[in-house]
Amino acid sequence: MSDLVLDGNAAAGILHAVYGAEMTLAVGTCDSCAIAGPVGAVRLYRSAGLVLRCPHCDAVLMKIVSVGERVWIDSRGLRTLELSSEPAG
Amino acid sequence: MAGAAVLGRLGWRTASIAEVRPETPRVKTIALEVPGWPGHRAGQHVDIRLTAEDGYQAERSYSIAAPEDGERVELTVEEVDDGEVSPYLTAEARAGDELEIRGPVGGYFVWDSDYPGPILLVGGGSGVVPLMAMIRQRGAIPTTLVYSARTLGDVIYRDELERLAGGGLDIVLTLTRTQPQGWAGHSRRVDAELLAAVAPPPDQRPLAFVCGPTPFVEAVALALVDLGHDPGLVKTERFGPTGT
Amino acid sequence: MPPISRGFRGKRRDAPADRVPPGQYVTPDFPVLSAGPTPHRPIQEWDFTIVGEVDELHRWSWDEFQALPTETVTVDIHCVTRWSKLDTTWEGVSVDTLLEGIETEAEYATAFCDGGYTTNLPLEDLTGGKAWVASAYEGEPLDPEHGGPARLLVPHLYFWKSAKWVRGLGLSATDEPGFWESNGYHLYGDPWREQRYWGD
Repeated sequence: MSDLVLDGNAAAGILHAVYGAEMTLAVGTCDSCAIAGPVGAVRLYRSAGLVLRCPHCDAVLMKIVSVGERVWIDSRGLRTLELSSEPAG
Repeated sequence: MAGAAVLGRLGWRTASIAEVRPETPRVKTIALEVPGWPGHRAGQHVDIRLTAEDGYQAERSYSIAAPEDGERVELTVEEVDDGEVSPYLTAEARAGDELEIRGPVGGYFVWDSDYPGPILLVGGGSGVVPLMAMIRQRGAIPTTLVYSARTLGDVIYRDELERLAGGGLDIVLTLTRTQPQGWAGHSRRVDAELLAAVAPPPDQRPLAFVCGPTPFVEAVALALVDLGHDPGLVKTERFGPTGT
Repeated sequence: MPPISRGFRGKRRDAPADRVPPGQYVTPDFPVLSAGPTPHRPIQEWDFTIVGEVDELHRWSWDEFQALPTETVTVDIHCVTRWSKLDTTWEGVSVDTLLEGIETEAEYATAFCDGGYTTNLPLEDLTGGKAWVASAYEGEPLDPEHGGPARLLVPHLYFWKSAKWVRGLGLSATDEPGFWESNGYHLYGDPWREQRYWGD
Protein backbone atom coordinates (compact mmCIF):
# COMPACT_ATOMS: atom_id res chain seq x y z
CA MET A 1 0.00 0.00 0.00
CA SER A 2 1.33 3.41 -0.92
CA ASP A 3 2.58 5.78 1.77
CA LEU A 4 1.11 8.61 -0.23
CA VAL A 5 -2.55 7.84 0.18
CA LEU A 6 -4.69 9.94 2.50
CA ASP A 7 -8.33 9.73 3.55
CA GLY A 8 -11.07 11.59 1.71
CA ASN A 9 -11.42 13.61 4.91
CA ALA A 10 -8.21 15.44 3.98
CA ALA A 11 -10.05 16.97 1.02
CA ALA A 12 -12.75 18.35 3.33
CA GLY A 13 -11.58 21.94 2.85
CA ILE A 14 -11.64 22.02 -0.94
CA LEU A 15 -14.87 19.99 -1.07
CA HIS A 16 -16.60 22.37 1.33
CA ALA A 17 -15.30 25.36 -0.60
CA VAL A 18 -16.66 23.94 -3.85
CA TYR A 19 -19.95 22.35 -2.80
CA GLY A 20 -20.82 24.86 -0.13
CA ALA A 21 -21.39 22.17 2.48
CA GLU A 22 -19.46 19.67 4.57
CA MET A 23 -19.09 16.74 2.17
CA THR A 24 -17.11 14.17 4.12
CA LEU A 25 -20.22 12.56 5.58
CA ALA A 26 -21.98 12.40 2.21
CA VAL A 27 -22.36 8.80 1.10
CA GLY A 28 -21.03 8.02 -2.35
CA THR A 29 -21.80 4.92 -4.43
CA CYS A 30 -18.93 3.76 -6.60
CA ASP A 31 -19.95 3.47 -10.25
CA SER A 32 -17.55 0.54 -10.74
CA CYS A 33 -18.27 -1.77 -7.82
CA ALA A 34 -21.51 -0.25 -6.47
CA ILE A 35 -20.26 -0.27 -2.87
CA ALA A 36 -21.29 2.84 -0.91
CA GLY A 37 -19.53 4.68 1.89
CA PRO A 38 -18.76 8.12 3.33
CA VAL A 39 -16.63 10.46 1.21
CA GLY A 40 -14.42 10.96 4.27
CA ALA A 41 -13.38 7.31 4.08
CA VAL A 42 -12.35 7.10 0.43
CA ARG A 43 -8.71 7.07 -0.66
CA LEU A 44 -7.23 10.41 -1.60
CA TYR A 45 -4.19 10.87 -3.83
CA ARG A 46 -2.51 14.20 -4.50
CA SER A 47 -1.10 14.57 -7.97
CA ALA A 48 -1.51 17.39 -10.51
CA GLY A 49 -4.94 17.49 -8.87
CA LEU A 50 -6.78 15.51 -6.22
CA VAL A 51 -7.94 12.01 -7.08
CA LEU A 52 -10.50 10.31 -4.86
CA ARG A 53 -10.58 6.53 -5.30
CA CYS A 54 -12.93 3.84 -4.10
CA PRO A 55 -11.49 2.15 -0.98
CA HIS A 56 -12.87 -1.19 -2.18
CA CYS A 57 -11.93 -1.36 -5.86
CA ASP A 58 -9.56 1.63 -6.39
CA ALA A 59 -11.68 3.03 -9.24
CA VAL A 60 -11.50 6.80 -9.68
CA LEU A 61 -14.52 8.41 -7.99
CA MET A 62 -13.62 12.06 -8.46
CA LYS A 63 -10.88 14.23 -9.88
CA ILE A 64 -10.54 17.80 -8.61
CA VAL A 65 -8.33 20.47 -10.14
CA SER A 66 -8.41 23.91 -8.56
CA VAL A 67 -6.53 27.13 -9.19
CA GLY A 68 -7.64 30.40 -7.67
CA GLU A 69 -11.35 30.73 -8.30
CA ARG A 70 -11.49 27.99 -10.95
CA VAL A 71 -12.31 24.41 -10.10
CA TRP A 72 -12.84 21.43 -12.39
CA ILE A 73 -14.54 18.36 -11.00
CA ASP A 74 -15.01 15.03 -12.73
CA SER A 75 -17.35 12.92 -10.64
CA ARG A 76 -18.31 10.31 -13.24
CA GLY A 77 -16.92 7.62 -10.98
CA LEU A 78 -19.63 8.38 -8.43
CA ARG A 79 -22.92 6.83 -9.40
CA THR A 80 -24.76 8.63 -6.62
CA LEU A 81 -23.93 11.03 -3.84
CA GLU A 82 -26.32 11.08 -0.91
CA LEU A 83 -26.36 14.12 1.33
CA SER A 84 -28.57 14.71 4.34
CA SER A 85 -29.24 18.03 5.95
CA GLU A 86 -28.24 18.72 9.53
CA PRO A 87 -31.02 17.99 12.02
CA ALA A 88 -32.67 21.11 13.37
CA GLY A 89 -31.60 22.53 16.76
CA MET B 1 -25.04 23.37 17.21
CA ALA B 2 -21.42 24.43 17.45
CA GLY B 3 -19.41 23.66 14.35
CA ALA B 4 -22.42 22.46 12.37
CA ALA B 5 -22.15 22.43 8.59
CA VAL B 6 -22.27 26.00 7.44
CA LEU B 7 -24.02 26.34 4.15
CA GLY B 8 -22.38 28.63 1.67
CA ARG B 9 -18.89 28.96 0.30
CA LEU B 10 -16.07 28.26 2.70
CA GLY B 11 -13.25 30.74 2.18
CA TRP B 12 -9.94 31.79 3.62
CA ARG B 13 -9.85 33.92 6.74
CA THR B 14 -6.89 35.86 8.06
CA ALA B 15 -5.54 34.60 11.36
CA SER B 16 -2.86 36.04 13.56
CA ILE B 17 -0.56 34.10 15.84
CA ALA B 18 -1.24 34.77 19.49
CA GLU B 19 1.31 32.43 20.98
CA VAL B 20 3.81 29.73 20.06
CA ARG B 21 4.66 27.33 22.86
CA PRO B 22 6.87 24.25 22.88
CA GLU B 23 5.46 20.81 23.59
CA THR B 24 8.50 18.64 22.82
CA PRO B 25 11.85 19.45 21.14
CA ARG B 26 10.27 19.06 17.68
CA VAL B 27 6.67 19.99 18.38
CA LYS B 28 5.03 23.32 19.09
CA THR B 29 1.49 24.47 19.71
CA ILE B 30 0.50 27.53 17.70
CA ALA B 31 -2.43 29.47 19.12
CA LEU B 32 -4.25 31.50 16.50
CA GLU B 33 -6.76 34.30 16.85
CA VAL B 34 -9.29 34.10 14.03
CA PRO B 35 -11.83 36.92 13.86
CA GLY B 36 -15.21 35.50 12.96
CA TRP B 37 -14.30 31.90 13.79
CA PRO B 38 -17.57 29.91 13.78
CA GLY B 39 -16.45 27.33 16.32
CA HIS B 40 -15.40 23.76 15.68
CA ARG B 41 -15.75 20.15 16.84
CA ALA B 42 -13.06 17.88 18.20
CA GLY B 43 -11.40 15.94 15.37
CA GLN B 44 -11.81 18.61 12.73
CA HIS B 45 -8.89 20.18 10.94
CA VAL B 46 -8.05 23.36 9.13
CA ASP B 47 -6.18 24.23 5.95
CA ILE B 48 -3.40 26.76 6.49
CA ARG B 49 -1.99 28.88 3.68
CA LEU B 50 1.22 30.89 3.82
CA THR B 51 2.11 33.60 1.31
CA ALA B 52 5.66 34.82 0.79
CA GLU B 53 6.48 38.41 -0.14
CA ASP B 54 6.75 37.54 -3.82
CA GLY B 55 3.38 35.81 -3.83
CA TYR B 56 4.63 32.23 -3.53
CA GLN B 57 2.12 30.16 -1.57
CA ALA B 58 2.12 26.87 0.27
CA GLU B 59 -0.81 25.12 1.86
CA ARG B 60 -1.00 22.36 4.48
CA SER B 61 -3.67 20.85 6.71
CA TYR B 62 -3.39 20.64 10.49
CA SER B 63 -5.67 19.10 13.09
CA ILE B 64 -7.20 21.34 15.72
CA ALA B 65 -5.71 20.44 19.09
CA ALA B 66 -8.10 22.02 21.57
CA PRO B 67 -11.86 22.31 21.97
CA GLU B 68 -13.78 25.36 20.86
CA ASP B 69 -12.69 28.57 22.58
CA GLY B 70 -14.25 31.62 20.99
CA GLU B 71 -11.98 32.92 18.25
CA ARG B 72 -8.95 30.97 19.42
CA VAL B 73 -7.79 27.97 17.41
CA GLU B 74 -4.88 25.87 18.59
CA LEU B 75 -2.81 23.71 16.29
CA THR B 76 0.01 21.43 17.35
CA VAL B 77 2.65 21.12 14.65
CA GLU B 78 5.57 18.72 14.40
CA GLU B 79 8.64 19.92 12.54
CA VAL B 80 9.06 17.66 9.52
CA ASP B 81 12.69 17.24 8.41
CA ASP B 82 13.17 19.13 5.21
CA GLY B 83 9.57 20.28 5.32
CA GLU B 84 8.36 23.47 3.76
CA VAL B 85 5.65 24.75 6.09
CA SER B 86 6.28 23.04 9.43
CA PRO B 87 9.83 24.44 9.87
CA TYR B 88 8.35 27.91 9.36
CA LEU B 89 5.56 27.36 11.89
CA THR B 90 7.77 25.75 14.51
CA ALA B 91 10.95 27.79 14.19
CA GLU B 92 10.23 31.13 12.56
CA ALA B 93 6.64 32.16 13.25
CA ARG B 94 5.98 34.38 16.25
CA ALA B 95 3.13 36.27 17.90
CA GLY B 96 1.66 38.84 15.54
CA ASP B 97 2.49 37.01 12.33
CA GLU B 98 -0.38 36.40 9.96
CA LEU B 99 -1.47 33.47 7.86
CA GLU B 100 -4.68 32.25 6.24
CA ILE B 101 -6.94 29.58 7.62
CA ARG B 102 -9.84 27.72 6.05
CA GLY B 103 -12.19 25.68 8.14
CA PRO B 104 -13.14 24.00 10.29
CA VAL B 105 -13.61 20.97 8.08
CA GLY B 106 -13.65 17.23 8.29
CA GLY B 107 -17.02 16.14 9.65
CA TYR B 108 -16.07 12.53 9.03
CA PHE B 109 -13.37 12.39 11.71
CA VAL B 110 -15.45 14.08 14.38
CA TRP B 111 -16.14 12.62 17.76
CA ASP B 112 -19.86 12.53 18.34
CA SER B 113 -20.63 12.81 22.05
CA ASP B 114 -23.93 10.99 21.47
CA TYR B 115 -22.21 7.70 20.62
CA PRO B 116 -23.52 5.13 23.12
CA GLY B 117 -20.28 3.17 23.53
CA PRO B 118 -16.67 3.50 24.59
CA ILE B 119 -14.20 5.49 22.50
CA LEU B 120 -10.87 4.06 21.34
CA LEU B 121 -8.27 6.59 20.26
CA VAL B 122 -5.08 5.31 18.60
CA GLY B 123 -2.41 7.83 17.72
CA GLY B 124 1.07 7.56 16.23
CA GLY B 125 3.42 10.50 16.77
CA SER B 126 1.68 13.76 15.91
CA GLY B 127 -1.44 11.72 15.14
CA VAL B 128 -2.32 12.30 18.79
CA VAL B 129 -3.24 15.92 18.05
CA PRO B 130 -6.89 15.55 16.94
CA LEU B 131 -7.32 12.82 19.55
CA MET B 132 -6.21 15.29 22.23
CA ALA B 133 -8.97 17.67 21.18
CA MET B 134 -11.38 14.80 21.78
CA ILE B 135 -9.85 13.91 25.14
CA ARG B 136 -9.99 17.52 26.28
CA GLN B 137 -13.75 17.55 25.87
CA ARG B 138 -14.70 13.94 26.57
CA GLY B 139 -16.70 14.55 29.73
CA ALA B 140 -17.40 11.15 31.30
CA ILE B 141 -17.32 8.95 28.19
CA PRO B 142 -15.14 5.86 28.77
CA THR B 143 -12.11 6.45 26.57
CA THR B 144 -8.92 4.54 25.88
CA LEU B 145 -5.96 6.31 24.29
CA VAL B 146 -3.25 4.13 22.78
CA TYR B 147 -0.38 6.45 21.93
CA SER B 148 2.79 5.40 20.15
CA ALA B 149 5.83 7.67 20.36
CA ARG B 150 9.50 7.06 19.71
CA THR B 151 10.80 8.13 23.11
CA LEU B 152 9.37 9.58 26.32
CA GLY B 153 10.65 13.00 25.27
CA ASP B 154 8.51 12.77 22.12
CA VAL B 155 5.26 12.28 24.01
CA ILE B 156 3.21 15.38 23.26
CA TYR B 157 0.98 16.71 26.08
CA ARG B 158 2.66 14.31 28.51
CA ASP B 159 2.00 16.23 31.71
CA GLU B 160 -1.59 16.95 30.79
CA LEU B 161 -2.26 13.33 29.87
CA GLU B 162 -0.91 12.23 33.24
CA ARG B 163 -3.22 14.70 34.96
CA LEU B 164 -6.28 13.70 32.96
CA ALA B 165 -5.79 9.95 33.29
CA GLY B 166 -8.36 8.15 35.40
CA GLY B 167 -12.07 8.73 35.77
CA GLY B 168 -12.77 6.62 32.70
CA LEU B 169 -9.75 7.78 30.65
CA ASP B 170 -7.26 4.96 30.16
CA ILE B 171 -3.90 6.00 28.72
CA VAL B 172 -1.67 3.35 27.16
CA LEU B 173 1.71 4.61 26.08
CA THR B 174 4.15 2.65 23.96
CA LEU B 175 7.67 3.91 23.36
CA THR B 176 8.99 2.20 20.28
CA ARG B 177 12.57 3.44 19.90
CA THR B 178 14.11 3.96 23.33
CA GLN B 179 12.65 3.66 26.81
CA PRO B 180 13.84 5.32 30.01
CA GLN B 181 15.62 3.34 32.69
CA GLY B 182 13.16 1.15 34.55
CA TRP B 183 10.36 1.66 32.03
CA ALA B 184 7.56 -0.75 32.88
CA GLY B 185 5.25 0.22 30.05
CA HIS B 186 5.01 -1.02 26.46
CA SER B 187 7.65 -0.82 23.79
CA ARG B 188 6.09 -2.79 20.96
CA ARG B 189 4.46 -1.29 17.88
CA VAL B 190 0.71 -0.89 18.10
CA ASP B 191 -0.28 -4.27 16.72
CA ALA B 192 -3.11 -6.76 17.19
CA GLU B 193 -1.52 -8.20 20.32
CA LEU B 194 -1.24 -4.83 22.04
CA LEU B 195 -4.73 -3.79 20.98
CA ALA B 196 -6.23 -7.08 22.15
CA ALA B 197 -4.66 -6.49 25.55
CA VAL B 198 -5.65 -2.87 26.12
CA ALA B 199 -8.50 -1.82 23.85
CA PRO B 200 -12.20 -2.34 24.60
CA PRO B 201 -13.14 -5.66 22.98
CA PRO B 202 -15.22 -5.76 19.78
CA ASP B 203 -18.37 -6.83 21.60
CA GLN B 204 -18.41 -3.43 23.36
CA ARG B 205 -18.53 -1.82 19.91
CA PRO B 206 -16.03 0.94 20.59
CA LEU B 207 -15.89 3.81 18.12
CA ALA B 208 -12.26 3.98 17.05
CA PHE B 209 -10.32 6.98 15.74
CA VAL B 210 -6.90 6.15 14.32
CA CYS B 211 -4.54 8.94 13.35
CA GLY B 212 -0.89 9.28 12.39
CA PRO B 213 1.47 8.50 9.51
CA THR B 214 -0.18 6.50 6.74
CA PRO B 215 1.69 3.21 7.36
CA PHE B 216 0.82 3.39 11.09
CA VAL B 217 -2.86 4.05 10.42
CA GLU B 218 -3.14 1.26 7.90
CA ALA B 219 -1.47 -1.29 10.16
CA VAL B 220 -3.66 -0.35 13.12
CA ALA B 221 -6.89 -0.28 11.11
CA LEU B 222 -6.12 -3.72 9.69
CA ALA B 223 -5.28 -5.05 13.15
CA LEU B 224 -8.55 -3.76 14.60
CA VAL B 225 -10.57 -5.35 11.81
CA ASP B 226 -8.62 -8.60 12.22
CA LEU B 227 -9.51 -8.57 15.92
CA GLY B 228 -13.17 -8.42 15.01
CA HIS B 229 -13.96 -4.71 15.22
CA ASP B 230 -16.60 -3.47 12.79
CA PRO B 231 -14.78 -1.61 9.97
CA GLY B 232 -17.61 0.91 9.98
CA LEU B 233 -16.61 1.85 13.53
CA VAL B 234 -12.95 2.46 12.64
CA LYS B 235 -12.33 5.99 11.43
CA THR B 236 -8.94 6.82 10.01
CA GLU B 237 -7.04 10.02 9.42
CA ARG B 238 -3.82 9.34 7.53
CA PHE B 239 -1.23 12.08 7.76
CA GLY B 240 0.78 10.91 4.74
CA PRO B 241 4.33 9.57 4.65
CA THR B 242 6.30 9.72 7.90
CA GLY B 243 8.43 12.84 8.15
CA THR B 244 11.95 11.52 8.72
CA MET C 1 -4.15 40.38 -1.80
CA PRO C 2 -3.65 37.68 0.86
CA PRO C 3 -1.77 38.59 4.04
CA ILE C 4 1.96 38.04 3.83
CA SER C 5 3.35 35.55 6.33
CA ARG C 6 6.41 37.40 7.58
CA GLY C 7 9.60 35.46 7.06
CA PHE C 8 8.07 32.66 5.00
CA ARG C 9 10.12 31.65 1.98
CA GLY C 10 9.46 27.99 1.40
CA LYS C 11 12.11 25.64 0.08
CA ARG C 12 12.78 27.39 -3.17
CA ARG C 13 16.23 27.62 -4.62
CA ASP C 14 17.50 30.47 -6.72
CA ALA C 15 18.23 29.62 -10.34
CA PRO C 16 19.04 31.44 -13.58
CA ALA C 17 15.85 32.88 -15.07
CA ASP C 18 16.40 31.30 -18.46
CA ARG C 19 16.21 27.84 -16.86
CA VAL C 20 12.96 28.48 -14.96
CA PRO C 21 9.66 28.85 -16.82
CA PRO C 22 7.20 31.52 -15.64
CA GLY C 23 5.49 30.77 -12.34
CA GLN C 24 7.85 27.92 -11.45
CA TYR C 25 10.12 27.47 -8.44
CA VAL C 26 13.21 25.32 -8.26
CA THR C 27 13.16 22.55 -5.68
CA PRO C 28 15.99 20.39 -4.41
CA ASP C 29 13.54 17.55 -3.81
CA PHE C 30 11.88 15.14 -6.17
CA PRO C 31 8.30 15.22 -4.87
CA VAL C 32 6.33 12.07 -5.47
CA LEU C 33 2.89 12.82 -6.80
CA SER C 34 0.57 10.03 -7.79
CA ALA C 35 -2.93 9.80 -9.14
CA GLY C 36 -3.29 6.33 -7.69
CA PRO C 37 -1.58 3.39 -6.02
CA THR C 38 1.83 2.33 -7.35
CA PRO C 39 1.24 -0.59 -9.69
CA HIS C 40 3.38 -3.67 -9.15
CA ARG C 41 3.31 -5.55 -12.41
CA PRO C 42 5.68 -8.53 -12.52
CA ILE C 43 8.35 -7.78 -15.08
CA GLN C 44 7.60 -10.95 -17.09
CA GLU C 45 4.14 -9.51 -17.72
CA TRP C 46 5.40 -6.09 -18.80
CA ASP C 47 5.33 -5.09 -22.43
CA PHE C 48 5.35 -1.89 -24.42
CA THR C 49 3.04 -1.68 -27.42
CA ILE C 50 2.32 0.77 -30.18
CA VAL C 51 -1.28 0.47 -31.29
CA GLY C 52 -3.99 2.35 -33.14
CA GLU C 53 -3.30 4.02 -36.48
CA VAL C 54 -0.43 1.72 -37.36
CA ASP C 55 0.23 -0.91 -40.00
CA GLU C 56 0.40 -3.59 -37.34
CA LEU C 57 0.73 -3.83 -33.55
CA HIS C 58 4.31 -3.38 -32.40
CA ARG C 59 5.32 -5.01 -29.15
CA TRP C 60 8.43 -5.30 -27.00
CA SER C 61 8.72 -7.57 -24.00
CA TRP C 62 10.90 -6.32 -21.13
CA ASP C 63 13.85 -8.33 -22.43
CA GLU C 64 13.36 -7.00 -25.95
CA PHE C 65 13.01 -3.49 -24.59
CA GLN C 66 16.20 -3.82 -22.57
CA ALA C 67 18.03 -4.84 -25.77
CA LEU C 68 17.20 -1.56 -27.50
CA PRO C 69 19.82 1.19 -27.68
CA THR C 70 19.47 3.76 -24.90
CA GLU C 71 20.56 7.33 -24.38
CA THR C 72 21.54 9.13 -21.20
CA VAL C 73 20.12 12.62 -21.06
CA THR C 74 20.27 15.44 -18.53
CA VAL C 75 17.18 17.62 -18.63
CA ASP C 76 15.17 20.07 -16.56
CA ILE C 77 11.67 18.99 -15.55
CA HIS C 78 8.72 21.26 -14.78
CA CYS C 79 5.67 20.13 -12.87
CA VAL C 80 2.43 22.03 -13.27
CA THR C 81 2.17 22.19 -9.46
CA ARG C 82 4.93 24.83 -9.80
CA TRP C 83 8.09 22.98 -8.84
CA SER C 84 10.97 22.60 -11.29
CA LYS C 85 13.97 20.35 -10.93
CA LEU C 86 17.08 21.17 -12.91
CA ASP C 87 19.69 18.84 -14.34
CA THR C 88 17.98 15.50 -13.83
CA THR C 89 19.67 12.57 -15.53
CA TRP C 90 17.75 9.75 -17.11
CA GLU C 91 18.51 6.73 -19.22
CA GLY C 92 15.95 5.58 -21.72
CA VAL C 93 15.02 4.46 -25.20
CA SER C 94 14.28 7.34 -27.52
CA VAL C 95 10.69 7.28 -28.81
CA ASP C 96 12.29 7.84 -32.25
CA THR C 97 13.84 4.38 -31.87
CA LEU C 98 10.48 2.85 -30.98
CA LEU C 99 8.75 4.53 -33.91
CA GLU C 100 11.48 3.69 -36.39
CA GLY C 101 10.04 2.03 -39.45
CA ILE C 102 6.48 2.35 -38.24
CA GLU C 103 4.02 3.48 -40.91
CA THR C 104 1.37 5.83 -39.65
CA GLU C 105 -0.78 8.75 -40.73
CA ALA C 106 -1.46 9.61 -37.12
CA GLU C 107 -0.65 13.05 -35.82
CA TYR C 108 -1.41 12.39 -32.17
CA ALA C 109 -0.63 9.82 -29.52
CA THR C 110 -2.06 8.80 -26.19
CA ALA C 111 0.31 7.26 -23.69
CA PHE C 112 -1.43 4.58 -21.65
CA CYS C 113 -0.20 3.13 -18.37
CA ASP C 114 -0.61 0.51 -15.70
CA GLY C 115 -3.19 1.91 -13.26
CA GLY C 116 -5.21 3.51 -16.06
CA TYR C 117 -3.50 6.90 -16.42
CA THR C 118 -3.40 8.43 -19.89
CA THR C 119 -1.99 11.58 -21.43
CA ASN C 120 -2.19 12.91 -24.98
CA LEU C 121 0.49 14.57 -27.11
CA PRO C 122 1.09 15.51 -30.74
CA LEU C 123 3.31 12.87 -32.35
CA GLU C 124 5.64 15.69 -33.31
CA ASP C 125 6.36 16.26 -29.59
CA LEU C 126 7.36 12.63 -29.12
CA THR C 127 9.83 12.60 -32.01
CA GLY C 128 12.93 14.44 -33.11
CA GLY C 129 14.88 13.61 -29.96
CA LYS C 130 12.32 15.13 -27.61
CA ALA C 131 11.02 12.07 -25.76
CA TRP C 132 12.15 8.80 -24.20
CA VAL C 133 10.78 5.78 -22.43
CA ALA C 134 13.05 6.00 -19.39
CA SER C 135 13.95 3.13 -17.09
CA ALA C 136 16.77 4.66 -15.05
CA TYR C 137 17.09 7.87 -13.04
CA GLU C 138 20.41 9.21 -11.73
CA GLY C 139 22.11 5.96 -12.68
CA GLU C 140 19.72 3.67 -10.82
CA PRO C 141 16.77 1.63 -12.05
CA LEU C 142 13.67 3.80 -11.89
CA ASP C 143 11.93 3.47 -8.52
CA PRO C 144 8.30 2.28 -8.71
CA GLU C 145 7.26 5.45 -6.86
CA HIS C 146 8.74 7.51 -9.66
CA GLY C 147 7.23 5.42 -12.44
CA GLY C 148 9.40 2.30 -12.61
CA PRO C 149 9.99 0.03 -14.41
CA ALA C 150 9.55 2.60 -17.19
CA ARG C 151 7.96 5.99 -17.65
CA LEU C 152 7.55 8.38 -20.50
CA LEU C 153 9.91 11.34 -20.37
CA VAL C 154 8.91 14.45 -22.33
CA PRO C 155 10.78 17.26 -20.57
CA HIS C 156 9.79 20.11 -22.88
CA LEU C 157 6.17 19.82 -21.68
CA TYR C 158 4.77 19.94 -18.15
CA PHE C 159 5.67 16.79 -16.28
CA TRP C 160 2.14 15.37 -16.12
CA LYS C 161 2.82 14.42 -19.75
CA SER C 162 5.75 12.24 -18.61
CA ALA C 163 3.45 9.40 -17.77
CA LYS C 164 4.53 7.00 -15.05
CA TRP C 165 4.21 3.23 -15.53
CA VAL C 166 3.83 3.71 -19.27
CA ARG C 167 2.89 0.62 -21.24
CA GLY C 168 2.45 1.97 -24.73
CA LEU C 169 1.33 4.58 -27.20
CA GLY C 170 -1.96 4.67 -29.07
CA LEU C 171 -1.58 6.59 -32.32
CA SER C 172 -4.56 8.46 -33.75
CA ALA C 173 -5.65 11.13 -36.18
CA THR C 174 -7.32 13.07 -33.39
CA ASP C 175 -6.11 14.59 -30.15
CA GLU C 176 -7.92 12.74 -27.35
CA PRO C 177 -7.74 14.43 -23.94
CA GLY C 178 -6.17 12.18 -21.34
CA PHE C 179 -6.65 11.79 -17.57
CA TRP C 180 -5.89 15.40 -16.63
CA GLU C 181 -6.48 17.06 -20.00
CA SER C 182 -10.12 16.07 -19.75
CA ASN C 183 -10.44 17.79 -16.37
CA GLY C 184 -8.99 21.27 -16.61
CA TYR C 185 -5.39 20.79 -17.64
CA HIS C 186 -4.19 22.22 -20.95
CA LEU C 187 -4.26 19.91 -23.96
CA TYR C 188 -0.68 20.77 -24.93
CA GLY C 189 1.09 22.00 -21.78
CA ASP C 190 4.10 24.15 -22.79
CA PRO C 191 5.70 25.45 -19.56
CA TRP C 192 7.39 28.34 -21.39
CA ARG C 193 4.01 29.69 -22.49
CA GLU C 194 2.56 28.75 -19.08
CA GLN C 195 -0.12 26.54 -20.60
CA ARG C 196 -1.37 24.98 -17.39
CA TYR C 197 -5.18 25.03 -17.67
CA TRP C 198 -7.97 25.14 -20.24
CA GLY C 199 -8.02 28.51 -21.88
CA ASP C 200 -4.42 29.40 -21.06
